Amino acid sequence: MTVGLFVTCLVDMFRPSVGFAAVKLLEDAGCRVVVPDVQTCCGQPAYNSGDRADARAVARQVIAAFEGFDHVVAPSGSCGGMIAHHFPALFDDDAAMQARAEALAGKTHELVSFLVDVLGVRHVDARLDATVTYHDSCSGLRELGVKAQPRALLSGIAGLKLAEMANPEVCCGFGGTFCVKYPDISNAMLADKTRDIAATGADTLLAGDLGCLMNMAGKLQRLGSSVRVRHIAEVLAGMSDLAAIGEPETAPAGPAAAR
Amino acid sequence: MQSTAHAFKDNVDRALVDDNLQQSLAILKVGFSERRRQAVERLPEFEALRDRARDIKNHALAHLDLYLEAFEAKVTALGGQVHWAPTADDACRVVLDICREAGARTVAKSKSMIAEEIALNAHLEAHGIEPVETDLGEYIIQLRREPPSHIIAPAVHLTKDQVADTFHEHHRKLGFDRRLTERPDLVAEARAVLRRRFQEADVGITGANFLVAETGSSMLVTNEGNADLSNTLPRVHIVIASIEKVIPTLEDAATLLRVLARSATGQEWSSYTTFNTGPRRPGDLDGPEQYHVVLLDNGRSSVLGGDMQDMLRCIRCGACMNHCPVYGAIGGHAYGWVYPGPIGSVLTPQLIGVAEAGSLPNASTFCGRCESVCPVRIPLPKLMRHWREREFEHHLTPAAVRQGLALWAFLATRPRLYRWATGLANRLLALFGRADGRYAWLPLAGAWTRYRDFPAPQAGGTFHAQWKTRRGAGR
Ligand code: SF4
Repeated sequence: MTVGLFVTCLVDMFRPSVGFAAVKLLEDAGCRVVVPDVQTCCGQPAYNSGDRADARAVARQVIAAFEGFDHVVAPSGSCGGMIAHHFPALFDDDAAMQARAEALAGKTHELVSFLVDVLGVRHVDARLDATVTYHDSCSGLRELGVKAQPRALLSGIAGLKLAEMANPEVCCGFGGTFCVKYPDISNAMLADKTRDIAATGADTLLAGDLGCLMNMAGKLQRLGSSVRVRHIAEVLAGMSDLAAIGEPETAPAGPAAAR
Repeated sequence: MQSTAHAFKDNVDRALVDDNLQQSLAILKVGFSERRRQAVERLPEFEALRDRARDIKNHALAHLDLYLEAFEAKVTALGGQVHWAPTADDACRVVLDICREAGARTVAKSKSMIAEEIALNAHLEAHGIEPVETDLGEYIIQLRREPPSHIIAPAVHLTKDQVADTFHEHHRKLGFDRRLTERPDLVAEARAVLRRRFQEADVGITGANFLVAETGSSMLVTNEGNADLSNTLPRVHIVIASIEKVIPTLEDAATLLRVLARSATGQEWSSYTTFNTGPRRPGDLDGPEQYHVVLLDNGRSSVLGGDMQDMLRCIRCGACMNHCPVYGAIGGHAYGWVYPGPIGSVLTPQLIGVAEAGSLPNASTFCGRCESVCPVRIPLPKLMRHWREREFEHHLTPAAVRQGLALWAFLATRPRLYRWATGLANRLLALFGRADGRYAWLPLAGAWTRYRDFPAPQAGGTFHAQWKTRRGAGR
């Protein structure tokens, strides 16, 4: 089975290790992974700003680049949700494009739910000696039903203890451009979230979307918290020895560190 | 009501530093959602009922003309009168005329969002008629001369101490001179004051949760029974409701009631459910001599049949605001007009214009929690996005945002150029040093770094650059 990896613009730019973790998890589960080099972004910045024309232009590019694969996988519920949920709606005046968008939507998945629901992965071999709390990023949760899958895989990680926070399903205040358009509201939401995280006593925070993770990591660190923040894919791929998000690196990131 | 939706950001600034408000919101954020969760858990068919509720409202909207005419015919046959009000001004005029004809000096009002929408109290006061709010929350904010901050809990922004102060200030002249501190005492005092006012009222004005075409009934739920006093004691009863409140049958009302209270307060039923079906008949022991229904359009009919029609399904349960983290951060007044929260962000631009209220649909992370609890499954994020699209089309989006988007789109549709630009950005960020793993400050990122650090990119270049050297270009 050939999987096209949609890397996402944030992973590409800020945390390539998430992309390499996704590749490792998919290959370990028996997939052939291809990373098309014409990909950039899923189009959400335009789509969520009301700029339909540009969102469509980006969507066309994604559709053309990815429609040939058996499946398309993104290490993000937000970008996965954009393709799987919103692309068809962008072409409601163009039947041919809409059909292509729907075909792509039907085979596009968020990484962890793809591993569990489609590939039937029940266990990954990894270790993390930590008490972990998990935040349910909004799009993955509500558009793609990502909730039980990450917890199922985390429960099999050696040394890992899960401590659920209050309200794991409440938004962290990121919201893409929202967090800089309405920084004060975003901060108020984020303050609630970091309070709930701290209350668990967990030393590690995980989630499946880099945007939310950068938002929460940035706040935790500004508050002087010692909670380490990681993308779940890194933990599942056994890459927990990497510097956490926003922490100084000791060894270079990327595949050298991963393997 | 004068809108301050255009000053949304200023409203937000004030709300975030208002300690009393923040104290009240902290309670609301957990209370309502927890009660709804428990109520839903106790009713296995709840999700299926939401589908039914959505279908009922969709059907009613698809045949709205038919059901409105049927409703009018029924009301008329019962001896009541239906008044069609295309605009808020029309509705105010009709109500004032009825009050004048009845020689009314005092009007008992039971909570109505439509009355807020048309600013009825101000209109009546300006013409020498005193409206008395009889819902406890509405009564409190009427004393304080504030607008409601929530569609089902109008005074939810206030703490108990603030209410105690307000009562002490206003009730002293009525002979209640002790400042009360306990909730039951405050309620008892309000009840004592309001009883007198009910008896003085010549006209009772209520809203309606639903209008039933089959029977000509207007239906109302409350937890205080104040509506029942508003519509039985005075000689004249006026119902004010917007046109999308009409539904076909009593059976439909029963279905909608099953999702309404559960979504709103987590109750199975509200304490009082009242059906008003025409004026007092010969032999009836009580009831009004006159029964009027004022049907307000106020721009709603222009939404019918379009891509925003879904907003008209709303049954005003308040669940979307109870579960909205933005509402939970800023409260209802910051939205600047009558309807706050997610439904307000969709409705307000329709009712008072997107130029005035364009900030509201933008102030959302699209987290989707509102849609996930809405009893009639209104796709609120999608409707907010529609407004953003209208703004963009009409060049109401700020110039800086438009320019940023244009640049972004130019790059995002040119992958090779995009690679070059992200590589450059990566190196530029490195210039700011990544030894700490994060930045406390970055140029152009002040909105982010005011409150949080910004994580530095990992060393080694972008994913695509690394992938290319490891695996060769994508096939
Ligand atoms: S939009 Fe839905 S959740 Fe919000 S008030 Fe209306 S019916 Fe309730």
